[in-house]
Amino acid sequence: MAMTRGRLILRRAEPLLWLGPALALIILVVIWPVGVMIRSSFQHIGGEGFVAGYNGLENYRHLFHEPDLVPVLWRSVIWVLGVVAGTLLISFGLAELFHQRFPGRRLARWALIVPWAASVMMTALIFRWALDPNNGAINLILHRLGLVELGSNRASWLGDPHTALPWMMGVAIFVSLPFTTYAILSGRQGIPDDVYEAAALDGASGWRTYLNITLPLIRPAIIVATLINVINVFNSFPIIWEMTRGGPGYQTSTSTIYMVDLKQSNVGESAAMSVLNFSVVIVVVLVYLASTNWKEEVRR
Amino acid sequence: MTRTVSVRTVLIALAAYTIAFLFLLPYLEIVLTAVRTPDDLLKPELFPRHFTLSNFTTLWSGGGLGNNIAVSLEIAGGATLLALLVAIPAAYYTARHSFRGRGLFLLLVLATQMFQPAAMLVGLQREFTGLGWGSATISLVVINAGFNLAFAVWILNAFFSSIPVELEEAAQVDGLSRLSTLLRITLPLAAPGIVTALIFTFVAAWNEFLVALTLSLGSPATSRPLPVAIDGYVGAYTTDWGHLFAAGLVATVPVIVLFVFIERRLVSGLTAGAVK
Repeated sequence: MAMTRGRLILRRAEPLLWLGPALALIILVVIWPVGVMIRSSFQHIGGEGFVAGYNGLENYRHLFHEPDLVPVLWRSVIWVLGVVAGTLLISFGLAELFHQRFPGRRLARWALIVPWAASVMMTALIFRWALDPNNGAINLILHRLGLVELGSNRASWLGDPHTALPWMMGVAIFVSLPFTTYAILSGRQGIPDDVYEAAALDGASGWRTYLNITLPLIRPAIIVATLINVINVFNSFPIIWEMTRGGPGYQTSTSTIYMVDLKQSNVGESAAMSVLNFSVVIVVVLVYLASTNWKEEVRR
Repeated sequence: MTRTVSVRTVLIALAAYTIAFLFLLPYLEIVLTAVRTPDDLLKPELFPRHFTLSNFTTLWSGGGLGNNIAVSLEIAGGATLLALLVAIPAAYYTARHSFRGRGLFLLLVLATQMFQPAAMLVGLQREFTGLGWGSATISLVVINAGFNLAFAVWILNAFFSSIPVELEEAAQVDGLSRLSTLLRITLPLAAPGIVTALIFTFVAAWNEFLVALTLSLGSPATSRPLPVAIDGYVGAYTTDWGHLFAAGLVATVPVIVLFVFIERRLVSGLTAGAVK
């Protein structure tokens, strides 16, 4: 029939009609900027953002000769590993506690999501204020316990990179706990009760039950939560920005802070740093995808 | 037997309440600081000696905070509207049809969830200033919509998939067109999913800081989003903590209330794409 050809084209184009707007938005906001970023990393860009032509690998050469780069990268590794490991460990405990039945559980769980709902930037500012050497709440409490002298160098936690970094990692863990705990909780709720009844009949202890039954069953939830945390923590900006601005010098900067700071002085070099950061994210995502069965989903 | 159980429950409840209180404690500090007088702010006291609302009133009259709130409302509202308009047809079609490229599309959506604006900040800045849309607000609407699209697609996809096709078929037998079936039968049934996506996107866009800071740097102070305005109170040597936390209270309380509404469904929107 004559109409079938036209109909066929329409049928083929149908998915595009429904998915087109979403695709357009993804291209505009995600794919295009990646292209611009990669191109900028090969350009000489002046202070006002004017492009003064291509300069090959000059930005990368410049970046790799920065004396701050290697310490910054190491700090990023410590930052990500420390924050994600700390978050997971505490979240296991929290999820186990909030999985139990007790009166007022709903209300208590609501309190748990507050650091997730509030902007990370506000949480970081609260801790910056609470760590004020003269009258911050944390220092006031530590002073009453006899642990610090108000206004002393010791009370200036954020002024010393050795103490600033652990405090900021603590804040990063604090804001990552709600999502991680909720992710583990939702995995935990999917386990049917009779599994535990069987384990109890076999006389398994609480710990053995957790290690041999609960952990393997919530593995998918743990993997997803870990991946999302690694990416969030690696890209985290507001905590360090509000608490130390990455200083003194670059002594508390991670690679994300360093990239933002480079942008003030050399946009091309900052783009090169972005490409480096972006490659790290890609590798993390690929490792994750390799460990799951996304291919089967795509083939379906 | 019952007695030991109840002791255990009491201990669990006490531990949980203590932790819940610790989670709230930092945010109570916002209130305790926002109501302090300038003198009280300099005193080493955990609790304010005097109570004042002057931090709030001066913000409103002199600080022009109302403008910043309006800008943030525009950004968060616009981004939410755009994300939903774009996500609903995509989530619906992928839930109902299997076609070539479906998996690839879903993988692309998953990728947008993995790639955060911070990882491509230089590209975003150069692209959107180059587009010359005149105001940072429009750029921030589009960018926030794009980076929250994945959540909306996952949560809506899950809701659409759970609605029986037979319901739609029955409506079409009754003479409804495909579009009106979607609008009048399916969307109302997916309302909880839509509300979840709506609140999540709104809160995320309202809180977003790095791109807002980068793109609105050249804007006049009154047309900057709320988080950027709050960041402006942080000085190199002194910080106006009273005003900062008065503004912070306005920025924080509404989104906490909104988040409580979608608490049960938060996780599925973030992890559905990955575990599917």
